[in-house]
Amino acid sequence: MEYLYAFLIGGIICIIGQIIMDTTKLTAPRILVLFVVSGAILTCLGLYEPIVNLAKNGATVPLPGFGYSLAKGAMEGASNDGFLGAITGAVKNTAAGITAAVAFGYLIAILFSPKSKR
Amino acid sequence: MNNQEEKQNQKQKEKVAKHYEDYAKQFTPKPKYFLNCLKAFIVGGLICVLALYIQNLLINRGLDEKTSGAFITVILICSAQFLTGIGVFDSIAKFAGAGVIVPITGFANSMVAPAIEYKKEGIVLGVGAKLFSLAGPVLVCGIFVSTIIGIVYYFII
Repeated sequence: MEYLYAFLIGGIICIIGQIIMDTTKLTAPRILVLFVVSGAILTCLGLYEPIVNLAKNGATVPLPGFGYSLAKGAMEGASNDGFLGAITGAVKNTAAGITAAVAFGYLIAILFSPKSKR
Repeated sequence: MNNQEEKQNQKQKEKVAKHYEDYAKQFTPKPKYFLNCLKAFIVGGLICVLALYIQNLLINRGLDEKTSGAFITVILICSAQFLTGIGVFDSIAKFAGAGVIVPITGFANSMVAPAIEYKKEGIVLGVGAKLFSLAGPVLVCGIFVSTIIGIVYYFII
């Protein structure tokens, strides 16, 4: 059952992205920013947590989930470690992903050469 | 006299052609929207299901939910970046559109793709800088918003 919810919610978030891509002239980075920021704001308002509980990876794998873990880290840090926690929490919670993306991405970009576009 | 008539004729033809174009435009893009959405839905959904499946495997091996979640993110990012490196990701993205752009795989791709293109400018200012040309805004805006949320949250509670 949780697989079904993960599929549905993940798919619906992607449909929203596809509609934004097709109907507006927003470029890909703007869409990525839009998703991350809206995920963070929805988390702050307490609206994203129920979706995550329902769909698990269906909600955390798409980009709003990245905003979700950023905001959640900041909020948890604020309530556990005080002011410093509010500042360090966001990046701490997403450190694994960001570090993997930077380090492995750098390695890949050095190892491979650009492909000619077909 | 003849020349003028011909000109008018041509103008009319162009007008008709333009009208037809506008007329045809009303009908063509709609099914494409639907098909694009369907593709994005299926591919995006499958990525999420695959992630959940791997996470459940990891949890069964004795990892807690938070650690396994981080592992999933790392696995997805690394595989997307590898696919970008060997040039497969572009073909997938052409087919699936937002289905692979919106999941974290799109974020990973947006780092490697420009970095590879600018390899000629060197591994520091080329690859190192371009790694963040698309991902930079995402990280900056995301961290900015969440830090404000954290600070506001600190003062509210």
